[in-house]
Amino acid sequence: MEGKAFFIDTTLCMGCRGCQVACKQWNQLPATKTQNRGGFQNPEDLSFYTYKLVRFSEHRGSDDKPVWYFFPDQCRHCLEPPCKEIPEDPDAIIIDQLTGAVLYTDKLKKETSQDVRDSCPYDIPRAEKGTGYIAKCTMCVDRVHNGLLPACVKTCPTGAMNFGDRGEMVALAKERLAEAKSKFAKAVVTGLEDVRVFYLLADEPLKYHEYAHATVTPMGIDRKTALKRIARPLRELSKEWQMLKGLAG
Amino acid sequence: MTNHWIDIRNSDCILIMGSNAAENHPISFKWVTEAMKKGGKLISVDPRFTRTSSKADFYTSLRSGTDIAFLGGMISYIIENNKYFTEYVAEYTNAPFILGDTYGFKDGLFSGYDPKTRAYNKGMWAFEKDSDGVPRKDKSLKDPRCVFQQLKQHYSRYDLDTVSAITGTPKEDLLKVYELYSATGAKGKAGTIMYAMGWTQHTVGVQNIRAMAIIQLLLGNMGVAGGGVNALRGESNVQGSTDHCILYHIWPGYLANPSTTWPTLDSYLSRRPKSNDPLSANWWQNEPKYMVSLLKSFFGRRARPENEFGYQWMPKIDAGKAYSWLDIFDEMYKGNIKGFLAWGQNPACSGANANKTRQAMAKLDWLVNVNIFDNETGSFWKGPDMDPKTIKTEVFMLPCAVSVEKEGSITNSGRWMQWRYKAAEPPGDAKPDGDIMSELFKKVRYLYRRDANAVFPDPILNLKWDYTTKGAFDSHKVAKEINGYFLKDVMVGDTTFKRGELVPSFAFLQADGSTSSANWLYCNSYTNKGNMAARRTREKSGIGLNLEWAWCWPVNRRIIYNRASVDKYGKPWDPEHPVIKWDGAKWAGDVPDGGWPPMLNPDGTPNPKTKYPFIMKEEGYANIFGPGRTDGPFPEHYEPLECPVEKNLLSGQLINPTAPIYGTEMDVYRTCDPRYPFVCTTYRVSEHWQTGVMTRWQPWLLEAQPQLFVEMSPELASLRGIEKGEKVIVESARGKIEAVAVVTHRFRPFKIQGNVIHQVGVPWHYGWVYPKDGGDSANLLTPSTGDPNTRIPETKAFMVNVRKM
Repeated sequence: MEGKAFFIDTTLCMGCRGCQVACKQWNQLPATKTQNRGGFQNPEDLSFYTYKLVRFSEHRGSDDKPVWYFFPDQCRHCLEPPCKEIPEDPDAIIIDQLTGAVLYTDKLKKETSQDVRDSCPYDIPRAEKGTGYIAKCTMCVDRVHNGLLPACVKTCPTGAMNFGDRGEMVALAKERLAEAKSKFAKAVVTGLEDVRVFYLLADEPLKYHEYAHATVTPMGIDRKTALKRIARPLRELSKEWQMLKGLAG
Repeated sequence: MTNHWIDIRNSDCILIMGSNAAENHPISFKWVTEAMKKGGKLISVDPRFTRTSSKADFYTSLRSGTDIAFLGGMISYIIENNKYFTEYVAEYTNAPFILGDTYGFKDGLFSGYDPKTRAYNKGMWAFEKDSDGVPRKDKSLKDPRCVFQQLKQHYSRYDLDTVSAITGTPKEDLLKVYELYSATGAKGKAGTIMYAMGWTQHTVGVQNIRAMAIIQLLLGNMGVAGGGVNALRGESNVQGSTDHCILYHIWPGYLANPSTTWPTLDSYLSRRPKSNDPLSANWWQNEPKYMVSLLKSFFGRRARPENEFGYQWMPKIDAGKAYSWLDIFDEMYKGNIKGFLAWGQNPACSGANANKTRQAMAKLDWLVNVNIFDNETGSFWKGPDMDPKTIKTEVFMLPCAVSVEKEGSITNSGRWMQWRYKAAEPPGDAKPDGDIMSELFKKVRYLYRRDANAVFPDPILNLKWDYTTKGAFDSHKVAKEINGYFLKDVMVGDTTFKRGELVPSFAFLQADGSTSSANWLYCNSYTNKGNMAARRTREKSGIGLNLEWAWCWPVNRRIIYNRASVDKYGKPWDPEHPVIKWDGAKWAGDVPDGGWPPMLNPDGTPNPKTKYPFIMKEEGYANIFGPGRTDGPFPEHYEPLECPVEKNLLSGQLINPTAPIYGTEMDVYRTCDPRYPFVCTTYRVSEHWQTGVMTRWQPWLLEAQPQLFVEMSPELASLRGIEKGEKVIVESARGKIEAVAVVTHRFRPFKIQGNVIHQVGVPWHYGWVYPKDGGDSANLLTPSTGDPNTRIPETKAFMVNVRKM
């Protein structure tokens, strides 16, 4: 399971969006037509042409001064990806042996695209309007196999984006969390158990993004059962689970 | 920058004010982040909560244009609470100097003001001198006429209540910033300032920076690692362009532009004041060597002692007359300029009062637009409100190469000259600027040579132009010329240099015509050891000076004024981050600001071979009192030319009494006018650059930041019935733009003199050419006025209205 992982330290992210643009450049993804909708986040959402998106959210801090959070959203490359359970063909979605990257192949049929998206606890994959084909972050496996960092990591000026062996990234995340706690009492790291993208967040995950953090195994049901039995999209269930947890808390 | 980018990591407290480094200099945050990881504090002061503010340990806001009030309050706080670094202030600054009895300050005006000319007689601000002609000093800083006591008195008026009522910053926030920052006055601690156009683009731009320089001197933060006064340049090579004189008032290496004040070379060369203090290096006394070497570089063998080395071939500006950007377009608007080379720029969007600029270009006979894309300047004649049929201007478009399509150097904000290589051929007919310039010059020279009746052909026909190789512009030849050559065999000390040899450093330049150098500050950058700017050896340990990476002016010194980073024995104030230290025989570390020994011998006796650390100042001391500025020796708060208040709470003088004001019908100013009730400022975003000519055509960047927007507080939006995301009109007395409303708590209403004042902000990256729904330039709103010293326009504080469409 070792493989690779990202550690994204949002306490160091300044929302420059170098990662968002570098991702488009390496993957040669076209720009989408956007409009200013009254804020900085653009494009509005992930898409077939946008694998990485910095999400902006504004809040008020305890001193009533603004806080502004930046969340570089991308595929988490789950250790046991729910999306892989959707297609019948086991080669439609594969896990790269070297890195653990979750990769969509051309065997992934467009008919399953909606189910693939619905299965994702983080709401990441997006189908192309018209064709129905679906795409998402590839962990830049082509770069990584050639000894390069993923494009988004390479371009980050502050060290918010990190990439390396999973164990190393887990250690880094824990180290940074301990440091961050002194400044941000609510700081958390997400994903250490189940994915390959760990976020250090200074505040409650929901303040960054609805799907910043998700519980992949709600109510103790194992993943496959949950996927096969439950008709509702998993992430809605997960939302409900979070709500329940919130109530219990 | 007095320091450099990497050095920011050595700071204990970083003040980002007058800039938005996270958004506009994102790479700098690599070093800000490193400083913060080591416990350094980050303070963000900005009218608007920015992406920089989001990372700060402490953020507060102030109304645009009130920085001197804010900083004046800090000066007062530092003095009243004894936070200053006494030894540094007494030994290295002019704080102990006694002021002459003609200096005075009353109700917002310094002595010597003439309301008719709107100018000062700076002679009134002179120091008192002893019988040797050396300024009298009181190192106890107690004499009531000494600079320190005058400073204390001047800023005692800047109390928290007054400052808060002017700036709109809550008192407790002022105190918090003052406390955090002035903690760097402790010995061994360093604070730095990262500023940019948020400080310069005001009618008090220079004095904003002077105020911070005073703070840095009081706290002993100049010359030390992690300190300094650091201008974040807005373009990769704007430092280089300044160094090489792309300004009207200076020649390469900051030599003053000849003016009618100095009609002969002799009068120019003898203009610098002499110091009567033998311990003052007064480095500018070497200026004749630099000036003659520059003329030799321009005119080669035609520059001879008997013809003043060609001094009379160079244009002289009329003394006291400004020829800045604002003045150029003022004259153009009045029809006094016939032709215009718009080279690598987009004045139709980039300059203040862009409507005036656009109208001015319609008065030209011809306009040459050298750029990589069509822009609002080249196509001004078919822009909004233009009737192409009535415009006579003939426009030529010359496509040029971009930076990666040519070889040469850039000089970054930290004064590092870094060599870059060509990565690709320019497309189509596009050519490097050097080739365009070279071809243009050769054609002009040909026309002059052929014309028997040519008026004053001498400068053109005598100019030395040997910068091509096989017909193509050769950046190495130019770089060597900038460094300079020995033109004869020259003996300096006991070393003989051969004719044709590159000069090893400016200490070897001569005033007799035996050396050339197109920029004395860059002498040492391309020597017999090779192209120093191309060096690429990283530092393995140390404070990040990276002495063998690229090259830095002057003479590879990475932190200027570094002889103030040590005590009088040559021991670093901060032993953990030593910039230089005296090992008993010589200095180790950075290239010292002069190799003279420390001021004291190990036994505490004065060393007569020493020089004072601030070698570029006439007396060798850093200027807390700065008698050279147009608008006063101490920074004083004045309101922006357009402001929301009728009264300056600090004096009866509302605006800077020396601010330039222009008089055409396009120069409209409206202050305290109910039609324009909101303060406005302009800025940039991470995703675009300048007027957007290089970024609006880049689809990924345009996708991220597609349209002009105006940011405002929810309170203002509700006052005007404006919803987030709707298009609104922003208008000033000079123009209007349509922008998408970004309604955000990141702007908050200010409480100013008891009233609620709203502020809005707009980025200036857009223009009508592309994209069609992107919006036009924010400079349609900005006023043609600016700083009286530099004439940089006041685009950071002016008045507008915002309304629904």
